[in-house]
Amino acid sequence: MFTQGDITAIWLTVRLASTVTLILLLIGTPIAWWLARTTSWLKGPVGALVALPLILPPTVIGFYLLISMGPNGFIGQFTSWLGLGTLPFSYWGLVVGSVFYSLPFVVQPIHNAFEALGDRPLEQAATLRLSPWRAFFCVAIPMSKPGFVAASILGFAHTVGEFGVVLMIGGNIPGQTRVVSVQIYDYVESLEYTQAHWLSAAMVLFSFCVLLVVYTSLSRNESGAKT
Amino acid sequence: MTGDSVILGSKSADKSCLSESEQILISLNFAHKKTRGFLLDVDLALPLSGVTAIYGASGSGKTTLLRCIAGLEKSASGFLSVGGQCWQSESLFVPTHQRDIGFVFQESSLLTHLTARQNLLLAHKYTKQRLVEPHLQEVIELMGIQEQLDSKPAQLSGGERQRVAIARALLLQPRLLLMDEPLASLDSERKLELFPYLERLQSESQIPILYVTHSDDEVARLADFLVVLNHGKVAAQGPLNEVITQLDLSSELGSNRGVVLHCKVVEVNEKWGLVNVSFKNGTLWVKAGNDNVGDKVRVRVLATDVSITLSDHKDSSILNRLQVTVSEILKDGDAIALLKLQVGEDVLLARLSNRSVEELKLQVGSSVWAQIKSVAVAR
Repeated sequence: MFTQGDITAIWLTVRLASTVTLILLLIGTPIAWWLARTTSWLKGPVGALVALPLILPPTVIGFYLLISMGPNGFIGQFTSWLGLGTLPFSYWGLVVGSVFYSLPFVVQPIHNAFEALGDRPLEQAATLRLSPWRAFFCVAIPMSKPGFVAASILGFAHTVGEFGVVLMIGGNIPGQTRVVSVQIYDYVESLEYTQAHWLSAAMVLFSFCVLLVVYTSLSRNESGAKT
Repeated sequence: MTGDSVILGSKSADKSCLSESEQILISLNFAHKKTRGFLLDVDLALPLSGVTAIYGASGSGKTTLLRCIAGLEKSASGFLSVGGQCWQSESLFVPTHQRDIGFVFQESSLLTHLTARQNLLLAHKYTKQRLVEPHLQEVIELMGIQEQLDSKPAQLSGGERQRVAIARALLLQPRLLLMDEPLASLDSERKLELFPYLERLQSESQIPILYVTHSDDEVARLADFLVVLNHGKVAAQGPLNEVITQLDLSSELGSNRGVVLHCKVVEVNEKWGLVNVSFKNGTLWVKAGNDNVGDKVRVRVLATDVSITLSDHKDSSILNRLQVTVSEILKDGDAIALLKLQVGEDVLLARLSNRSVEELKLQVGSSVWAQIKSVAVAR
């Protein structure tokens, strides 16, 4: 059914998506919090910047990332300075690219959840002697749990489904950058349709299950809020 | 403290002889950015004991004032000290979580993702707040929420939610309890259900309470001290009856005003369904409730229920007649006059027509009889 190469690709994809989701939760949460609470004029520009990957072709993002991560780009110079070499055509290059590419899918559900909170829960927390930090961790985050669940699932799934950016900055190195979507592309290129079928069907099933979980949990939350 | 001179120089501080450690001193100024033009500009010296009602129409700034005291409005400027402890001055702003307060919000007063019990214990779980187990039981009992502890806020009625919110604030054993119209979001039935708990709170708790309300019923039942706000300014402040009997406050207090007499039940007459209550210089018959001899009750006498006769009409159907002295007369418009009547140290108000005042030749100093059509125990 799956060849050794397929298994390697699946494993790589899962590892990439997990790493990216974790990083995105760490980066996305403060961004979402800031977007939900700020009254600064920067809110609009930053919000737009975060949402850019939603509409830009992956090739555009991939192109700019390739340039900036290369030996002459600012990210490339920074990583060289750190002694890490340059990132294109490496696993960590994919991680960086995917973090950019999947950012809106993580930030937006968390942002919405934070915005739905309003001021009152935090005001309550403050009158209960909780410092702003404690209020954030002990009240705001637990109350926004559905938003975080949705953000994690969407971030993970979107990274799994990535193709254009990977091809632009990662190339096609087995075990390093050859993820499932690239593996399928290779199969089709070499007319190995049976293998392409297996992997594609697995992706369809996976994506459907993910969306099923997201939508059922969303509708459950809505009906819960009504009572 | 830098603000002292400002406060002590104002007329508000002259009235009271309380020391600073027993007072809440407020001198705050707040302009709302969103609703431009709205301004809170208050200068208050409130006792740090009993229930102080902050009363005013909606939009008078009473909730804003309470939020400023809690530190929830960060752009307010001025001076605030509670019991000698400065919470805000030009150079200082103590954040809300470091102010020794309890706060009961008007609505959405509980954290919805936690059960009632988790709400009660949130502060004790995440801060250094000590939990005294007997105190917990006492507070749960005082607010009657034993049955509700494992329910989420969504499963509770509005009144139950407010009781849990009050219990949660009490558990902090705060120096000051702030309540923002805790009854306003409830229908009238739920209000009646919650009132006894508030009255128990008022009589059994030692914690000073600032109570924001626009209901004169709530003021009559709960308040010891009254602040009247009008368009963000203090129209009057002082002990309850002193403010209520300020005759020139007609636009702020409305026509439904009445003094509150602190009485003691001296006789229960089951035959007529009446109880006899006494205050310093007289007694009144009021409709019986569940009162026993010796109980303390607050009796409210509305100005519209008091009429005047020049002699004691023993042949009248009206049970309550008191000999009084007219101490002040104010014409409130063309037709209506408001009279302040002295019964020893206690005061009654009477709302009469100007014609009656003229025909009876009522003047300051006249000794007359007040007939009180109905007397209500404030409950």
